[in-house]
Amino acid sequence: MRIDIRKTYKLYIGGAFPRSESGRTYEVTDAKSNFIANPAQASRKDLRDAVTAARSAFGGWSSATAFNRSQILYRIAEMMEARSEEFVEEIALLEGVSRVAAKKQVDQAIDAWVWYSGWCDKISTVAGSTNPISGPFYNFTIPESVGVVGVFPAQKSALLGLVQAIAPVIAGGNTAVVVASQKYPLCAVTLSEALATSDLPGGVVNILTGITSELAPWMGAHMDVDAIDATGLSKELDKEVRVSGADNLKRIHKFSSSDTPQRMLAFMEYKTVWHPIGI
Amino acid sequence: MLTKIGTFTRTVHGNPFSPLTFFRYNSIVQLVDGTDTSIRRFLKQLPGVDQVGAESRAAMLATRSIKTTSKKWAIDCAISMIDLTTLEGSDTDGKVRALCTKAVHPDPTDPSVPSVGAICVYNDKVATARKHLDAIGGQSIPVAAVSTAFPSGRASLEVKKQDTLDALNNGATEIDMVIDRGAFLSGDLVKVFTEIVYIKELCADRAHLKVILETGELVTLDNVRKASHLAMAAGADFIKTSTGKISPAATAPVVLVMLEAVRDWYAMTGIRIGVKPAGGIRTTKDAIKQLVLVRETAGEEWLTPKLFRIGASALLNDLLMQRMKLRNGNYTGPNYVTLD
Repeated sequence: MRIDIRKTYKLYIGGAFPRSESGRTYEVTDAKSNFIANPAQASRKDLRDAVTAARSAFGGWSSATAFNRSQILYRIAEMMEARSEEFVEEIALLEGVSRVAAKKQVDQAIDAWVWYSGWCDKISTVAGSTNPISGPFYNFTIPESVGVVGVFPAQKSALLGLVQAIAPVIAGGNTAVVVASQKYPLCAVTLSEALATSDLPGGVVNILTGITSELAPWMGAHMDVDAIDATGLSKELDKEVRVSGADNLKRIHKFSSSDTPQRMLAFMEYKTVWHPIGI
Repeated sequence: MLTKIGTFTRTVHGNPFSPLTFFRYNSIVQLVDGTDTSIRRFLKQLPGVDQVGAESRAAMLATRSIKTTSKKWAIDCAISMIDLTTLEGSDTDGKVRALCTKAVHPDPTDPSVPSVGAICVYNDKVATARKHLDAIGGQSIPVAAVSTAFPSGRASLEVKKQDTLDALNNGATEIDMVIDRGAFLSGDLVKVFTEIVYIKELCADRAHLKVILETGELVTLDNVRKASHLAMAAGADFIKTSTGKISPAATAPVVLVMLEAVRDWYAMTGIRIGVKPAGGIRTTKDAIKQLVLVRETAGEEWLTPKLFRIGASALLNDLLMQRMKLRNGNYTGPNYVTLD
């Protein structure tokens, strides 16, 4: 007889796995309200630390070559593949779906990484342009990463919604502070373990688990967050975040469709360069 | 032969020495006259530092939680204690002027932010700093110059004196000198002592003298305590932990030991010597920990820029960001403070 070795579900900040600074945890139950785990309940200070980590990782990640980012995203898919069994179990438990359905969700999530991996070095070609102008200049417009993005993935999806929210953000060269689904946070923690072993620099993705309504206002008002994916926010929270986010002109978007390059472009801004001909 | 640096006739307080040892200790202080025997006899009286004790005491004090109004007070207090420093080979007049402007108005959007304690530069930038400060209303902000072949201290006494004179003639009113760590570690205490006395003579009434012990090179806390007392006996107005060029710098146990030294010195002589930790203090949390150490070790009297300074550059931005958070209620980022 062997004692269970249970996993401690912790936060993922700056490439490390700390508990919440506040020491709090909250209960997560399965579809039938049976207790499953006590993940960390992040505080506003954890969010602040995560934003600091994301900001310091931004320079390196945004200036890495698109090809390099692409390789790393593909590597994340590889690492998730190796852990797919764990994801399947967590999804089946949390969402109360069959293992077959859970497996399908994991496969879709892994495919999403591969899909966005392909987009990394193509987005600027597809969305950028050379512009005709009347003057001796070359004129280019290229999409560039916007900065630190706060991500609230869909609440009702344990894994797929999460990946569909994170992948486009970091594929475009942004860094992310993710507040995982409040009800289904376990896959997010397991995903962070895959991220930590994927050559993804620490701080590019930071994952917090906890009470969404507690963290969202701080994310909205944080002056060092440049954009927010508000997909997983309720109507009230969405409004609150949009009001406080106006202070530093945050780009705040909600998405209904899944895999689309629009999700990348929403968190990129266009830069136009004028270059004299003949120099 | 050096002259006596003063006669101390303070009555016995007994802390932390028993009256008997204190008396001996006290009487020996009076005899530190620059000879090897007198210095050694003096330093020998110092009790050893309990390293584990010092570390755990410093760690315990670091757990204090300072919030709301206390935090606001602590942030302003820390800002007013900063020796805003730039000590790079790449320093330009422009950079020094920018730093001076920031020293007078750390946050241009908020006039209630106090000015910093001082500007700290190399001696060839002192004139620039002084002139600019005077021009923009920073007359009350002193300019400190690092001196005596900073940061290594490896030069002849003549060079060190000239270095100090240059700074004084350019308008420095605070001199941050380094001790000769090599001499200290090899036991040539007279050399260390003599140099401080000579530089103190040059400073006289013109400038405050801060003596940098460079604790990162002194190896043990016992040495930190000895060097602190040696510097104070030789006439330091301030004892400073580090140059900022060596790591580790101002660690909490080191600052604790130095604060104990000034406390004991006050008990013994009635003279308050200042302390300046420098190097490695980058966040508001670090700075507030230092203030707690001061309050709990030396006492409240030391919570003034006259007796406690923090040598830093990046720290100021973090303090300002925390201050904005308290003022506006939301977190802010490095985009809202200057790049130095």
